[in-house]
Amino acid sequence: MSTDQASKTEPVAGARILEQPVVISAREVFKTFRVPERRIDSLKERATHPMARPRYRELNALRGVSFEVHEGEFFGIVGRNGSGKSTLLKIMASIYRADGGRIQMAGRLAPFIELGVGFNPELTARENVVLNGVLMGLGRREAQRRIDAVLDFAELREFVDLKLKNYSSGMMVRLAFAVMVEADADIMLIDEVLAVGDASFAQKCTDIFRAKRRAGKTIVLVTHDMATVQAFCDRAMLIHDGTLSYLGDPEETALRYYRLNFGHGGTEPAPGGVPDVNVRIIDARLESETGARIENVEQGDPIHLTVILEARRDLVSPVFGFHFQDADGVRVFGFNRPLSDDVEVLRAGQRVRISGKIENPLLPGRYFVSCWISRNRTQGDLALHILRLLDFVVYGTRPGPGSISVQADVEAVLESEEAS
Amino acid sequence: MNGEALELREVRGPSALGGGWRRSLELLYLIASTEFKRTYFGTVLGYLWSLVRPLLLFAVLLVVFTHLTRLSTVPDYPVMLLMNIVLFGFFQEATSVAVGSVVNQESIVRKTQFPRLVIPLAVVLTSCFNLGPNLVVTFGFILAWGISPTWTWLLLPVLLAALFVFTAAVSMLLSSLYPRYRDVGIIWTVVATALFYATPVLYPLSRLHGAIATLVACNPLTPILELARRWIIYPAAPIRTEPLLVVIVPIVLYVGICVIGAWVFNREAPRIAEEL
Repeated sequence: MSTDQASKTEPVAGARILEQPVVISAREVFKTFRVPERRIDSLKERATHPMARPRYRELNALRGVSFEVHEGEFFGIVGRNGSGKSTLLKIMASIYRADGGRIQMAGRLAPFIELGVGFNPELTARENVVLNGVLMGLGRREAQRRIDAVLDFAELREFVDLKLKNYSSGMMVRLAFAVMVEADADIMLIDEVLAVGDASFAQKCTDIFRAKRRAGKTIVLVTHDMATVQAFCDRAMLIHDGTLSYLGDPEETALRYYRLNFGHGGTEPAPGGVPDVNVRIIDARLESETGARIENVEQGDPIHLTVILEARRDLVSPVFGFHFQDADGVRVFGFNRPLSDDVEVLRAGQRVRISGKIENPLLPGRYFVSCWISRNRTQGDLALHILRLLDFVVYGTRPGPGSISVQADVEAVLESEEAS
Repeated sequence: MNGEALELREVRGPSALGGGWRRSLELLYLIASTEFKRTYFGTVLGYLWSLVRPLLLFAVLLVVFTHLTRLSTVPDYPVMLLMNIVLFGFFQEATSVAVGSVVNQESIVRKTQFPRLVIPLAVVLTSCFNLGPNLVVTFGFILAWGISPTWTWLLLPVLLAALFVFTAAVSMLLSSLYPRYRDVGIIWTVVATALFYATPVLYPLSRLHGAIATLVACNPLTPILELARRWIIYPAAPIRTEPLLVVIVPIVLYVGICVIGAWVFNREAPRIAEEL
């Protein structure tokens, strides 16, 4: 592993972690799925073609991945979709069996896989909480004792006897995360928790991450969100096509992840320069007319956006680009703002406040705001860094096709009358 | 943190067993009891249904078979019928729920690690929760019928244990094959009905003759029901031991099915999450 400690912001912390005992050790882990080309699902097919061996396509999800995680470490696993990172997590959680290699682990484990724990939709929240507590290694009595703590954390106390099938997906994720947190395991394996839920839940997750890290718990997080990787991880690992592409400094991991995405004709614009990770979000919020923090905006009301960013290294003439995306990830609109007063260089540690009023043509729905920072307007040294700032809901009673409503002075009349 | 030396242990993936006995037993009880509660959730009679259902079935069968057949001449026929319905009902209920059990518990199988054997065993345990009260009622009937207890009543647990093990083995076999071959579910509904008639539930074995009698005698469930009748209801009931075949075949089948059930389940368990 080529850890570039020099470029790390907290090299001391990284080195200290490596002195801790190893709690997860993976050696040359292999996993192959046999994907049937023509699935033999019934005995009849087997009987009518007794000789026809089902044809399988071999899918090498993991081909020889080795790494170690130390006690108290916050370890990130990133990679593009289908790179094998979730499979790796499932093998660590003993849900899949590895075809080759060796995995060792120390301590009690709490997995959070596929956006949830093992919930049965037919059971109530109370029953599910106890069941999953036991699944995560608590005694039955102990699990029952923790029901209240779980429900308080999830803020679902009044829904304790509601069957889970009646829960909204947001409530379900909150409950699942609460169960995992309160299971108080030594190692937490978390798959993509931040991809769902609203801003306040995301905030809660990050608070928990900090608290667990302080408590010396080991966390393995699979994510697409590089901001989290940079903010929390001691080390991170990039998996590509089932092999380990990089392991070490989280900044470097994020950088390589971006390169991988943009170098392969991804949907994002491919810059000529070197993508970089260089800014931290201090705050990102929507405000009401009176300046109070709000989560949602009424249809037609202007959007008051305030974002505070901190440079992590010197940025020459930075330009801040904002994008509004709808729930499907389609970019609806955006704008660019250079740093005002023609500041030549934004120094590391300096903060920038971007705020103002934005016209709101958005139709009711959920939207995401992200930010791109490019360095130097000449585009010669373009820096890329997508920051997911926030998401919000536009509510209103006038839905329509698409994502925005525009002023349209168009009328429809009968052609013959018009012609005469 | 450094004080306690954490022991690295091997991660071998999911399996039929393993992962601590205490946890397995707690899970087993928890899944079985929640499923039991769920079965009667929203019904007016609630748990009483577990008693009322076999009694209703008993009443129907009693009326039909005492009027249409000459089975009413069998000594103590009504209590024999009730006893058989309760015992066979346990087997039938457990196995037919067990078929889809792994698929029904998909959410926990796909997301958590635990000994997979818990799932089919929990189904059998749920049926035990029904069997217990049913047996109490059955023995009430037996006493009310005027049969006095004998020391052979104490042998009942042996029969129940044999029934439990066999039911568990069949449940393991069915539940592990079903995710791959969904036909198993349909086949089993037919087989279970056929077994109901091919097991001496409605009649004592002594009423059958010829090849049919030999065939039914080879059913591994036959000795269990026949012995239950002899030990508990009618000590004079004949037990067939001729030819020797009808003694050996059910025992061989019993052991064979148990071994196959355990073997297949153990083989499928590590990859069962990938089949879902």
